[in-house]
Amino acid sequence: MSSISQNAEVARADRLIERHEKDNTTIFGFWVYLMTDCVLFASLFATFAVLRNNTFGGPSGATLFSLPYVLVETLSLLTSSFTCGLALVSAQARRKTQTIIWFIITFALGLTFLSLELSEFHKFVVMGDSWRRSGFLSAYFTLVGTHGLHISIGLLWMAVMIVFIYKRGINKLTMKRIRMLSMFWHFLDVVWIFIFTIVYLFGALHA
Amino acid sequence: MMIHHLSTTFGSLLGRLSLKWLPHDPITAFGAILLAAVPIGAALLITYTKRWRWLYREWLTTQDPKRIGIMYIIVAILMGLRGLADVILIRTQQALSSGSNHGILTASHFQQIISAHGTIMIFFVAMGLMFGIINLIVPLQIGARDVAFPFLNATGFWLFFAGMALINVSLIIGDFSATGWLAYPPLSELKYSPTVGVDYWIWSLEIAGIGSLLAGINFVVTIIKKRVKGMSLMKMPLFCWSVLGSMSLVIFAFPILTVTLTLLALDRTIGTHFFTAGYGGNMMMYVNLIWAWGHPEVYILVLPAFGIYSEVAAVFSRKKLFGYASMVWAIWAIVILSFIVWLHHFFTMGAGSDVNAFFGIMTMIIAVPTGVKLFNWLFTMYKGKLNMKTPLYWLIAFVVVFTIGGMAGVLMAVPPVDFQLHNSLFLVAHFHMMIVSGVLFGYFAGITYWYPKFLGFKLNERLGRYAFWSWLVGFLLAFVPLYILGFMGATRRLDHYSSSLGWQPLFVVAAIGVVFIIAGVIFQILQLIVSIWQRNGELKAGHDPWDGRTLEWSLPTPIPVYNFARLPEVSTRDAYWEAKKTNYIDDRPYEPILIPKNSPLGLVIAAGAFIFGFAVVWHIWWLAVLGLAVSIFGLIYRSMDEHTEYKLSAAEVKQMDQMRFQEIKS
Amino acid sequence: MSEQTKSVKVLVSLHQPEQTNLKNYIIGFIASLALTLIAYFITQYHTSGGRTLLFWALSVLALSQFLIQLFFFLHVGREFPPRYKLMITSFMILVVLILVGGSLWIMHSLDGRVMPTTQQMIKYMNSQDNL
Repeated sequence: MSSISQNAEVARADRLIERHEKDNTTIFGFWVYLMTDCVLFASLFATFAVLRNNTFGGPSGATLFSLPYVLVETLSLLTSSFTCGLALVSAQARRKTQTIIWFIITFALGLTFLSLELSEFHKFVVMGDSWRRSGFLSAYFTLVGTHGLHISIGLLWMAVMIVFIYKRGINKLTMKRIRMLSMFWHFLDVVWIFIFTIVYLFGALHA
Repeated sequence: MMIHHLSTTFGSLLGRLSLKWLPHDPITAFGAILLAAVPIGAALLITYTKRWRWLYREWLTTQDPKRIGIMYIIVAILMGLRGLADVILIRTQQALSSGSNHGILTASHFQQIISAHGTIMIFFVAMGLMFGIINLIVPLQIGARDVAFPFLNATGFWLFFAGMALINVSLIIGDFSATGWLAYPPLSELKYSPTVGVDYWIWSLEIAGIGSLLAGINFVVTIIKKRVKGMSLMKMPLFCWSVLGSMSLVIFAFPILTVTLTLLALDRTIGTHFFTAGYGGNMMMYVNLIWAWGHPEVYILVLPAFGIYSEVAAVFSRKKLFGYASMVWAIWAIVILSFIVWLHHFFTMGAGSDVNAFFGIMTMIIAVPTGVKLFNWLFTMYKGKLNMKTPLYWLIAFVVVFTIGGMAGVLMAVPPVDFQLHNSLFLVAHFHMMIVSGVLFGYFAGITYWYPKFLGFKLNERLGRYAFWSWLVGFLLAFVPLYILGFMGATRRLDHYSSSLGWQPLFVVAAIGVVFIIAGVIFQILQLIVSIWQRNGELKAGHDPWDGRTLEWSLPTPIPVYNFARLPEVSTRDAYWEAKKTNYIDDRPYEPILIPKNSPLGLVIAAGAFIFGFAVVWHIWWLAVLGLAVSIFGLIYRSMDEHTEYKLSAAEVKQMDQMRFQEIKS
Repeated sequence: MSEQTKSVKVLVSLHQPEQTNLKNYIIGFIASLALTLIAYFITQYHTSGGRTLLFWALSVLALSQFLIQLFFFLHVGREFPPRYKLMITSFMILVVLILVGGSLWIMHSLDGRVMPTTQQMIKYMNSQDNL
């Protein structure tokens, strides 16, 4: 008798493990995707590094970039990465409203970052220093722009996610997606560390 | 005035697209009509037999890797025939076009055909066969009921299909890129290739490449996470190991391709200066980047074929594989080293001797693990009870041809030698010997070996052997002369040469080789037809016709959608071989199984990508936005769906399984 | 509760995805903030000398921040064995190092062997309208 109930228990636990495994598999798969994205950015970084001095009579990074401006961008993105983590912590504690609030703050900071970046782009283009100007500027716009494109996708995802949490609450499915979204957002901050250092700070050193 | 206004508006609505881009010269027009006839004919046939609903339910929306694998292989075979048609034109042209005779093709048309041949054979034939076989076999060999991400997998296939469709549309409207299979700038820049050919090439490979990346992620995770309990990594069949190696290369090499193609597309479309000759562009960076993807790509294709050879060697020698652990280490040595040799494709570009020496030595080193594998196959066969069937023939031919081609490769790994042979037909002979024997022969062996597992009957052995000998003789006739021609100074992509050079006889021999290869292909088609004809006679196969060693042979044929009614118990390598030795009767209870529901959204996402690609090629911007919107909509719609699986209860599984058991008995 | 059930429970808890906690995020955030500000200020207020030193200092700061975020935000290295996530991350880092390092080495070597772009060439090309 007891052995039968034990077996049933083991079978139930097996199913539980299987379900956890399934979620873990999705998260792991998303991690693998992020790793491929790292290589994508690495190719763009390599291209930028090769073309960094090919200004062809146009402006160099040192004359173009304003470091205080970039610092504000960097800090807003870094803070958004932190608040995104707080959203995940709240979600794990099953606090729905708190999760949504943290995500809204993250979204606002991300949007701030994106608009700062776009207005910087706009300023350069208006001054005549667009991606058509030189190899260096092509590489700059493409590298930073690809990051910006990822940020836009992240913001779109976050907006969908906020509605999703609001409507369906925090369950296993939303939890899994929150986890992946936060991984994506942290990943974008990690990429930005290198853009900040290699594009902007190293660029200032060349002056 | 009004009409003029309308026509310009309409003109800008269609971007660069106009009727003048339909083909005009007879050969291209004939090809275009033939190509268009295939889908139209297929559509008519399906309508006539009222099979649309069936096609939609069973194939277009399927998430079952077994069916997706078969679709990959069908696409690859069709594309292979197209690639072969290109070969016939190339070889005819080169055999004739000497002295005052200018052959059958114009120079620019010849360059387009050369580019089409390379592009299609690598991206849509070799990759298609590879992903097809992986989809069919990997879940079965690791004892899994499904892949890790069935929807992602299906989407990957449809993106591959969309890329294939896009590159074929270029034959009907527009032109093909005439810049070789890797489209080096500055030739591929807008200034020197102003037509749409290069854009078609870029977007087709971009879409298919993203499909491959998705498939790669899926299979890495599948092999790592979905192995049946008890099958530790070192107990996996070697085919799975080689797929894991190959897919690890896919996930890290294909992003580089995506970037490279995107940068070229930006140069051509919005006027950036990555690879242009002026404005601070650096065209050498393109060559560097494309080979940083391109060299791993070679091993992406060849590793799964190595895996097939390992399975074939063990099964058809009725012996366990010699040196399993050394095989695994060899695979990972190749995986890592294949990322450190890419410069050997452009020794002559002008890097310093330190750089050239480093990459030359690395290239020589990569021959070592490959050699280890060759010896292991030979030792597996040594003193085995050889079952001389076609798969083993392909293996033996591979060992011989691959060794010759490989030694030519080591020769060219010496930079000073490479300076003599770079861009010559010697190189062409070398890489065809590697890819045809290492990849194509391997997939032929694999298809012959696994065919009965999925269709229930073997392929006709006699015709298979005719095909084999025609292929081998034709192949050697076609490529050994190219080694000699290469030494005589003949460069690749040559559409005409002076008759005083004395090259013509060798080109004629090479063309005769192609005749033999065509005979081989005809025998293969005949083999397929005759085997279907004889399927209920002597070719009828049980579930284990070759006395197999790995788990796929333990399954009934046809394989049920959930693969394993009860997950197998594994404690050793060659799990099924060991199980056959015991008299074990499985009486464990059945359990419910979750199966992914069909979904058309993979097809929708790929259709959006196709529309996007076509629109960007022709600069039809509103349509590009529309295509992208379709893809994004498909993605979001899918993410909202929580009920992506259905459940078979334990009782249903039991009933289905026992019915199959009855069938096998009777 | 039997031994078997207990071990099953342990197994289930082992399979929980790595739990995150507030403390980690705060540590990671403060450290990242500090490293960013240090990098900013030493670049903004550096004197003209010592560029090489500054270059290495900035590289070290960026790499430390990378590792900190990888550990505190992305939880790499905190999974239970077998550590597939760590393995695949290390493989990615290896590929990135090979790709970026190799490309720079190769392109630098090539750069030294091509004719440099002169001011005259730039002037001429800039005076041409197209391409």
